[in-house]
Amino acid sequence: MTAVTAPRDTALRSRIEDFLYAEAALLDEWRLDDWLKLFTLDARYEVPSTDRPDGRPATALMLVSDTRSMIDARVKRLNSRKAYREFPWSRTRRLVGNVRVLDALPSGELEVTANFAVYRSRGGRTHCYAGRYAYRLVPDGETFLIAFRRAELDQETLDEHGTLSIIL
Amino acid sequence: MAYRDEVVIDDRSRGIFRVHRSAMTSDQVFGDERARIFEHCWLYVGHESEIAKPGDYVRRWIGGRPVIFLRDAAGTVRVHFNTCTHRGATLCREESGNTRVFQCFYHAWTFDTSGRLVVTPGGDAYGPGFDKADYGLRGPVRVEEYRGLYFLNHDENAMDLRSYLAGAAEYLDLVLDQADEGMRIVGGAHRYSAKANWKLMIENSIDGYHAPTVHATYIDFVKDSGGGQNPAALNSGGGLDLGNGHAVIESQAAWARPIAYWEPFFGDAARPEIEAKRAALISRYGAERGERIAGNFRNILIFPNLIINDVAAITVRRVEPVAPDRVAVEAWALAPVEEAEGSPALQRRLDSFLTFLGPGGFASPDDVEALESCQQGFAAQPRVEWSDISRGMTRVPQPADELQIRTFWRAWASQLDGAGFPPQVADVEAPQVTVQAVRS
Repeated sequence: MTAVTAPRDTALRSRIEDFLYAEAALLDEWRLDDWLKLFTLDARYEVPSTDRPDGRPATALMLVSDTRSMIDARVKRLNSRKAYREFPWSRTRRLVGNVRVLDALPSGELEVTANFAVYRSRGGRTHCYAGRYAYRLVPDGETFLIAFRRAELDQETLDEHGTLSIIL
Repeated sequence: MAYRDEVVIDDRSRGIFRVHRSAMTSDQVFGDERARIFEHCWLYVGHESEIAKPGDYVRRWIGGRPVIFLRDAAGTVRVHFNTCTHRGATLCREESGNTRVFQCFYHAWTFDTSGRLVVTPGGDAYGPGFDKADYGLRGPVRVEEYRGLYFLNHDENAMDLRSYLAGAAEYLDLVLDQADEGMRIVGGAHRYSAKANWKLMIENSIDGYHAPTVHATYIDFVKDSGGGQNPAALNSGGGLDLGNGHAVIESQAAWARPIAYWEPFFGDAARPEIEAKRAALISRYGAERGERIAGNFRNILIFPNLIINDVAAITVRRVEPVAPDRVAVEAWALAPVEEAEGSPALQRRLDSFLTFLGPGGFASPDDVEALESCQQGFAAQPRVEWSDISRGMTRVPQPADELQIRTFWRAWASQLDGAGFPPQVADVEAPQVTVQAVRS
């Protein structure tokens, strides 16, 4: 049996999947204040520019490069009636799959990757943001906290979507 | 059809300025723009730093045409149309890179970076009338630069770029002089769009009037991060006609600038460095110009479709018309070379950029929403036909007035009528208002 098909810690992966599905549900339901509770106090959220999916915030222009306080500010903005691109809120539907645990760090943190398709419907149009998540999760009892969350888009431009006004 | 008077109503004595909404919806207008503006005006292509080494190239679409922007093996910056002279296939199929030759994947015709055709496989099959020299890569007839900003022009009789830039060159200098060792484009581009006419994106990029309404959540964010919106920003400065359709709106910085206006958003540790930069600019350029470079916001339009906004950071924004109701935007961050990769200064700049600017920022998505909602509203034609752009027309311009937007529209109409560029507005537009009378 090759490494590719070797049995993994399916119990751990299953717990992580439950966590990611629950997170996706919070975002689809626009329960953003509850979503914020999933993050550590020093968490980061990033989306690289579409022409540079491997871009890092220290060297490249990103689409999103949020410290924890910026994540808070983003949520406050999206909860406002004056974030006009998202008022009224769009409808979103997230499909999260291909979840893999890439590494367990000595600190106990877990490097996790997953694929996503996030559909956004509004104003008579539906678009799909497709890509890959990279997470660093901190075990917290039976569940996890998010220390790092990155969404790398496959789309080469946002020509079809216009903007990135939702949280991916 | 005459664009002046029929599509753009400009009655300065009464302070009336209206644009007919067909300008944003008509296929005929879109075709006229392509033929009479984009075939004759200087169009921004890219910055020299994007192709720093011989053989470096990027490809993009400029005014609806595919081009390769590159530095050839000898170091000369060139623009080639990205189509094989053989049968038309796309020659360069990667977004960017470095190469010694461009080999077409269709029949392997191969060109060097200067555009010369060097290989035609099975060349002995061609007759005596076939000359490789006739099949070099084609490019726009004119390519010129201003301080590292490269433009193309399809009109061999167009005025030179420096003359074309007119009064805008002074404002580009205010941006470019912030750097000690020159400017560069930071890696990573914002490529986004709006289902709206391209001119709405131009208007929005130089519009001070919408900021307090559309960007209320951003202003809240500035307050939450410990800054206060600088009250002087609302009543200092104003719009200017820079000639040849170029325009600017300049005012005191409303919030933080990496060069060089410190606010708590940047953190206490950054304060000495930012204030030292400000002092250095004042010592180099004198108090007046140094303060202006460091402490002012400026939103610059280079007619017809380049925006350089020097605000919370510097963005170079190229506005590409796609269809009457569709615009694509390509935007970059411009930074001084001395702000090295990984340095706190570059990090501050990029963080500041992203708070406001870009399709994932706290402001630009709401701009796109506004433009798209306007475009939808235009469907009420012909029952509702006109948009109003007369704000501040009979007074000395203020930051929330619209002189700079009228400047665009006057040049647009005049170009479409084949009448060249209109006379520059010196101070105020209304003939009966003297500057002294308004200012006293």
